[in-house]
Amino acid sequence: MNEREQTLLEFMQQQADKLAVQTMQHIGLTFISLFFAVLVGLPLGIIIARKRKLSGTVLGFAGILQTIPSIALLGFMIPLLGIGPKPAIVALLLYALLPIIRNTYTGITGVDAAVKEAAVAMGMSKRQILFKVELPLAMPVILAGIRTATVINVGVATLASFIAAGGLGEFIFGGISLNNTNMILAGAIPAALLAIIFDFLLSMVQKLNFRKLKRSSYALPIILLLLSSFYFIPTAYGSKLTAGFTPEFMGRQDGNLGLESKYGLKIHTVVISDAVMYKAAYEKELDVISGYSTDGRLKAYGLVVLDDDKGIFPPYYAAPIVREDALKKFPELEKTLNLLSGKINDSVMTDLNYRTDYLHQSPERVAKDFLVKHKLFKPARKNNDESIVRIGSKIFGEQYILANMYSMLIKGYTNYDVSTKTGLGGTKICFDALTNDQIDFYPEYTGTGLLAILQVSSKTINEVTKNKDSTYNYVQREFKKQYQISWLKPIGFNNAYALMMREQQAKSLNIKTISNLKRYLNSK
Amino acid sequence: MIKVKDISKYFGKVKAVDTINFEVQEQENLILLGTSGCGKTTTLKMLNRLIEPTSGNIFINGKNITDEQPEILRRGIGYVLQNNGLFPHYTVAENIAVVPQLLKWDKKKIADRTAELMEKLHLSSDHLHVYPHELSGGQQQRIGLARALVSDPPVLLMDEPFGALDNVTRAAIHKEFKALDELKRKTIIMVTHDVQEAFELGDRICLMDQGMIVQSGTPADLLFKPANKFVKDFLKDQRLQLEFKAITLLIIWDLLPNHHEGSHTSSLSTDTDLWTALEHFKFTDSETVSISKDKNDIKTVGFEQLMSAFNQYKNKQGHE
Repeated sequence: MNEREQTLLEFMQQQADKLAVQTMQHIGLTFISLFFAVLVGLPLGIIIARKRKLSGTVLGFAGILQTIPSIALLGFMIPLLGIGPKPAIVALLLYALLPIIRNTYTGITGVDAAVKEAAVAMGMSKRQILFKVELPLAMPVILAGIRTATVINVGVATLASFIAAGGLGEFIFGGISLNNTNMILAGAIPAALLAIIFDFLLSMVQKLNFRKLKRSSYALPIILLLLSSFYFIPTAYGSKLTAGFTPEFMGRQDGNLGLESKYGLKIHTVVISDAVMYKAAYEKELDVISGYSTDGRLKAYGLVVLDDDKGIFPPYYAAPIVREDALKKFPELEKTLNLLSGKINDSVMTDLNYRTDYLHQSPERVAKDFLVKHKLFKPARKNNDESIVRIGSKIFGEQYILANMYSMLIKGYTNYDVSTKTGLGGTKICFDALTNDQIDFYPEYTGTGLLAILQVSSKTINEVTKNKDSTYNYVQREFKKQYQISWLKPIGFNNAYALMMREQQAKSLNIKTISNLKRYLNSK
Repeated sequence: MIKVKDISKYFGKVKAVDTINFEVQEQENLILLGTSGCGKTTTLKMLNRLIEPTSGNIFINGKNITDEQPEILRRGIGYVLQNNGLFPHYTVAENIAVVPQLLKWDKKKIADRTAELMEKLHLSSDHLHVYPHELSGGQQQRIGLARALVSDPPVLLMDEPFGALDNVTRAAIHKEFKALDELKRKTIIMVTHDVQEAFELGDRICLMDQGMIVQSGTPADLLFKPANKFVKDFLKDQRLQLEFKAITLLIIWDLLPNHHEGSHTSSLSTDTDLWTALEHFKFTDSETVSISKDKNDIKTVGFEQLMSAFNQYKNKQGHE
């Protein structure tokens, strides 16, 4: 698969099912929210056209809604409405409101005063004037508002994928996080086409003469409802459990693709942003989520990791990697760093992460508490050695904790001085710093070494990721050969992709492994 | 038929109409004449409650109009607007059918009545299914008139109905207006700022200024017995023509010589105004014209005799 660059068309053909579902969802989302926006906006527009004193307030409020960034608006919705289609529809509705209210207002107030006066003088009631004169005459302007709202909605609906409401955003944001251009385009091009097509169709409606407009104004609500129902078609099939996966996980071989091909796992899946996923699982919006096995939120929200019994997630065992010349320069270093080896398992690391991420304890304190507890801590020696060991770390909590532990161990057990260069961004920055003699070592993960640094072929991945030792051995051998960098002994924990569930639910359903999960889903 | 009693209308602190009184007899054409802002349109719109008066009462056929539901009241009063006010989204036929539909007429009745009016107003039935904007201004105004007349209301209110038309079209419509039998049966109140039009179409004229009626009376009253300088000045510019138009042959009948030549084929009725009678000489070669008061009372006169009678009449007015 990796041998040749896949073309966009091939990607779209391969993913035709998903593409169809996402497109339907996208259309559905756009029009459900549009339908409700018309339902709310049209009467509001009519009311403020009657009571103009209200117009400033109402239009101002709708205008403010319009200026709220879409991501923020979606964020506000989660505490109120949870995740999934409800908050997405409400958010989209709010965006669609302004153009509909404003154009209804403008349309009605713009009706020729003489015509309105004639209608009154003929003896029409207010209701008759509204339905027979004002609305028909304002219709082209109102339609222009609906047209604007439609285009806005098609655009904003891409963000619905952040909160598990589906749509073409799944491809777009999945593609962005996987750095897969085809995937981005497979989402972006249909989304753009939808906007263009709907805009065009509505412009045709707008240009109809009054006679045809009358007829089509009856058809319009029906078409709207019909398009809205698109959303429910793909989600109609039921499933006992609901999974929420990040867009990145959805597109990875060591993610959802592997779950499908190796486990044959078929679960009702929604795509959701990493930021809200754990909380959604906690609030029972989701039953199964994809996460990182040592994430502090695991503990915070009472989740357990399901055992990957078929080994589709490559192991991400952490170990310090050191330049070989640094090992020579600091003879005591290897021994000191290995003090930590085998001391921290997954649940311990999760707990440590929980302390920094959720209890907001400093990494330094967390590191010291741990060392003291395990009787590894020694006060810093009065150093009489000039040489300084430079420690690096990536820019997240777990790495800060490890860097602090190593720093304390080196100060306590050797005469070397320490300088830490924490927060070195991503893998690439850290690794470059190491090879260019800017730092002496940093904690790395076997999976990252294999996939991000060595970038081996999928065949090799399949071979070496069967168990943690083969992965470790492979990266150790290759790093030595290619970069003269040494992998020291693993610290013990595995910060890999993992499926997780609420502890209680997993217990009551007796699900411990992914195979258990599959069996449960297939039962009955 | 219509009685307006002590009507005032304030817009905020501005007095648009100030305690006015007038009556309109059945089948009379009353013209509300005045410059812009004199309150004439406001007065008209209070008659069908498009504007509610601040104080005072209006009676139509003895009934106070505030006792009636405004929608019902309006369905019984025809209304013609300056810019025709036709519904742009309705065809001509649909426009004419607005009031009948509100009155729940059946389709056949609407179609028959529409056809009848189209013929009377010299409109082709081809026009029924086009939209107003596809018609000329004159045609649109006639459709507006048809819409007001379709339910045959006894009262017709007209707000500068011919104001948007060019002079030629307006003259043609004036002629039709006067000839239309439907209108002869109606009590009409018309607003205009056009003195000529007022004199041509009005049985009586209320000349208004600053929300008050300055003088009300027949065209001849206004011309020859002006209540004050304002009235005189208002009519000054077109005085001679107005006088010719205001004086019918009946008014000067007694001043015309008793002479009859039986040879004349064409004869004018005494309803004819002097202007038209004089114009007669311009278009025919004959030096005289016959005027018949009734079958047995016919006078044959020339241009000179008409002018002399006119001068005598004017002198007489001046001495009264």
